[in-house]
Amino acid sequence: MNAALIRELESFLDAGSILSRPEDLVLYEYDGSVERARPDLVVFPSTKDDVVRLVNLARKHDVPIVGRGAGTGLSGGALARAGGIMLVFARMNRILEIDYENLRAVVQPGVVNFDLTRAVEHAGLYFAPDPSSQKACTIGGNVSENAGGPHTLAYGVTTNHVTGLELVLPSGELIRVGGKLSDPLGYDLCGLFVGSEGTLALVTEITVKLSRKPEAVKTLLAVFETIDDATETVVDLTARAITPAACEMLDGWTLCAVEDYVHAGFPRDSGAVLLIEVEGLAEAVHSQSAAVEEVCRTHHAREVRVARDNAERELLWKGRKNAFGALGRLAPSNYVLDAVIPRSKLPRALRRIAEIGKEYGLQVGNIFHAGDGNLHPLVLFDPRNEEEFRRAMQSSADIVRYCVELGGSLTGEHGVGMEKSELMPLLFSDEDFALMRRIHDAFNPDALLNPGKIFPLGKGCGEVRIRPQAHAGTFA
Amino acid sequence: MSSPATSSFSRLEGILGASAISAQTSDCAQYAVDGVVPSAIVRPASAEEVAEVVRFAATEKLALIPCGLRTKLAIGMPPARYDIALDTTRLNGVAHYDPGDLTLSVDTGMTLTALDRLLAEKNQFLPLAVPFFEAATVGGTVASGVDSPLRHGYGTVRDFLIGAEFVNGAGALTKSGGRVVKNVTGYDLHKLLIGSLGTLAVITRLNFRTFPRPILRRGFLAAFENEQGAFALRDRIFSSVLAPSLLEILSPEATRILFGAGSGISSLLVGSGSWQVCVGFEGNQEICDRYARELSRMAQETSAHDGLLLREAQFAALAEQLRESISLLLRTSPLAVVFRFNGLPGQSAALLRALRSFAASSWIPSAVVLRSQGALYLALLPAGKDESLPKQVAYFWKSVDSLRAKLEFHATIPFCPSEWKRELNVWGISRPEFTLMQRVKSALDPQDIFAPGRFVGGI
Repeated sequence: MNAALIRELESFLDAGSILSRPEDLVLYEYDGSVERARPDLVVFPSTKDDVVRLVNLARKHDVPIVGRGAGTGLSGGALARAGGIMLVFARMNRILEIDYENLRAVVQPGVVNFDLTRAVEHAGLYFAPDPSSQKACTIGGNVSENAGGPHTLAYGVTTNHVTGLELVLPSGELIRVGGKLSDPLGYDLCGLFVGSEGTLALVTEITVKLSRKPEAVKTLLAVFETIDDATETVVDLTARAITPAACEMLDGWTLCAVEDYVHAGFPRDSGAVLLIEVEGLAEAVHSQSAAVEEVCRTHHAREVRVARDNAERELLWKGRKNAFGALGRLAPSNYVLDAVIPRSKLPRALRRIAEIGKEYGLQVGNIFHAGDGNLHPLVLFDPRNEEEFRRAMQSSADIVRYCVELGGSLTGEHGVGMEKSELMPLLFSDEDFALMRRIHDAFNPDALLNPGKIFPLGKGCGEVRIRPQAHAGTFA
Repeated sequence: MSSPATSSFSRLEGILGASAISAQTSDCAQYAVDGVVPSAIVRPASAEEVAEVVRFAATEKLALIPCGLRTKLAIGMPPARYDIALDTTRLNGVAHYDPGDLTLSVDTGMTLTALDRLLAEKNQFLPLAVPFFEAATVGGTVASGVDSPLRHGYGTVRDFLIGAEFVNGAGALTKSGGRVVKNVTGYDLHKLLIGSLGTLAVITRLNFRTFPRPILRRGFLAAFENEQGAFALRDRIFSSVLAPSLLEILSPEATRILFGAGSGISSLLVGSGSWQVCVGFEGNQEICDRYARELSRMAQETSAHDGLLLREAQFAALAEQLRESISLLLRTSPLAVVFRFNGLPGQSAALLRALRSFAASSWIPSAVVLRSQGALYLALLPAGKDESLPKQVAYFWKSVDSLRAKLEFHATIPFCPSEWKRELNVWGISRPEFTLMQRVKSALDPQDIFAPGRFVGGI
């Protein structure tokens, strides 16, 4: 990285806010995905002014810049695919305002998702988007990726809970879109920027909705002998219009791994379980849980267990939310997919995923948001074994292609990033890309921000910036 | 206004067929927007034909306004140019309906009533209880950005629109989102189309998540001497565990209009000349009983002078009146002006007080509907023609700006007599983010052929 740029950085950032030694940078070449790309420099701004200065500096020196929260993302969204400066928001982690009366909070992008809930729970409130990584991931990252979570089935994803953003554009302009108000005036720019994966602007402030905790919660664990019975149950629940707050599925193989690790009380001899949560008024919870139980029994659930207390409930959720970590014990690496399919097609999708795993000789686990059809097949592999790594990537691409054939989509909550960009043509035409590129260029014309993401390299923005060695694991 | 050469229209006729195009004066007059009459109306029968029309307009540099059944074309500023009305009503099919997945994809020109019938067969619905319901298309509803009383329980269109197909200004058929309920693939361009008044693209197809029809729908009405009581009940409900499907406050004047003779609900009126709090709730009997108990208690605690539980049919009748409140207010006076405010729930009492005092000093009768958390509709309803009216309305509109120092809100004028728009910017004050909207507009409609001049910031 050029010395002049570093000198200029040092004029407004202290030495502890700049990392340039290779041994430091190597920590930032990963996120939660299998991708790798090393930045040339990592900086930690403390204020929005720092962010503006950094953007201006990057533009002056024509160096790409990528924003990063906690690096828990699962699509390579926060990796410096083209090198350059990585801007880590860890120090911009203050909750600026909590407006209890209007159910809003104004936060800096580095605030950890769960910290916001912790700050407002004394008033019976919480922040609804709940990615599994919520104890580590940042709200800025959630906004970038439009993150989801188990309870988005009932409450919507991040975009449904963001009303305002303060942005720094690649031009260095600092501008607000939206605010605390529920409706935009003019085009819904918040709706555009949320989920744009850091390719249009950097976010320096976020106004979010706070939700009121429900009166009653009931968590059920339904145990099935076969995966088919579990998926048919989800189809039936959806068709009967029973919408729980969350409806998660774990297959039997995954359950054993999770149970070894978390000891949540999951059965070791089942085909699959559904972890279902119903929330709301006590009367609604009562009738919904009875209806859920009935549907589960209709589909041969051998047991429907209701968590007796909060401790048991939390343990069940701990098992679900730490599942990916548990599987990390079984293989050196795993690859988590994020495809979405119509719920009515769950049974056949799960059968096909199992077949694909067999065809490639790989173990594929399933832990996913069954209620909204958001699959997370998890392919285990050893990245040191090149041939196995290749098989893992090919099988993953096959699974995603199949989901698209079913009328589904590439990603439900993890984002496209650099991981799925080459699969985008499965869904989008050249005309679609041309339009998305025009939107991209309207804000980020020189691909200064997060180059090499979302768009397939051949159809993208600023593709000339991409260093060929930067993308290790992109499948195609 | 430009008048495209007949020869160029005959080229379009060659593509769409002569019956799909009309340039008759009487026909065109029906499609006037704020008094501006187009030169031709085209009625494409497919998305591909829409794309042909747009490419034609782009080549000929003609301005085009997409429309459905034209009930909400009055929203916005008068068009700077307007050559072609693109009538979307022939695009009215169902592309995809998977009741088991609660997802639906329909063409833009389908009417809400047809859609409602389709969904009812599977015991489902879309919470789009919008004004002019009987003559509204799905596309027009989304593009006009009108809201529904059911937003309190179900959110606005942005919460259940999951994808769209549309023709952009280059005449390319493009899409965003998809047909699944959860999706973060690519930019969420379909969200930009909501409330865009056709300034970005011609919507051809919309994908929604659908909702199960509740087992029971019930309601509750409470009457109060003054607005403080009504706000007290509303706030009590907000801070409780109850999650009603609708929650509206009507001023005494709005109450008179909505519950008037011939409304079908005049017999439900509790306490004439008073503020009404209208609550809708749904679920099974047990849940509805709980609502009934809690709401009755809360009404008592907030000193309502009357309260009434509504049975299914009664509530349905009330919900219909609330759905149509804007159209009913407009019907009371040919010179009616409807203002829309979007504010913070914690400030709505202060906003209401200030607005009512401005309205009172204008001597023009007014009526107010407060919707859900922060939407407020205020109608000025002049009793008769008076030369000073436009000035009074302009003064009212200017007074609104004086509130901005203390209160956070957006204010627009969705409906007013066309000729008054010369003096009134219906979009209110300019905001810095409008410059970003200009960029979005240029990206989607680089030649500025879609409804030019009608939107915020002169877009």
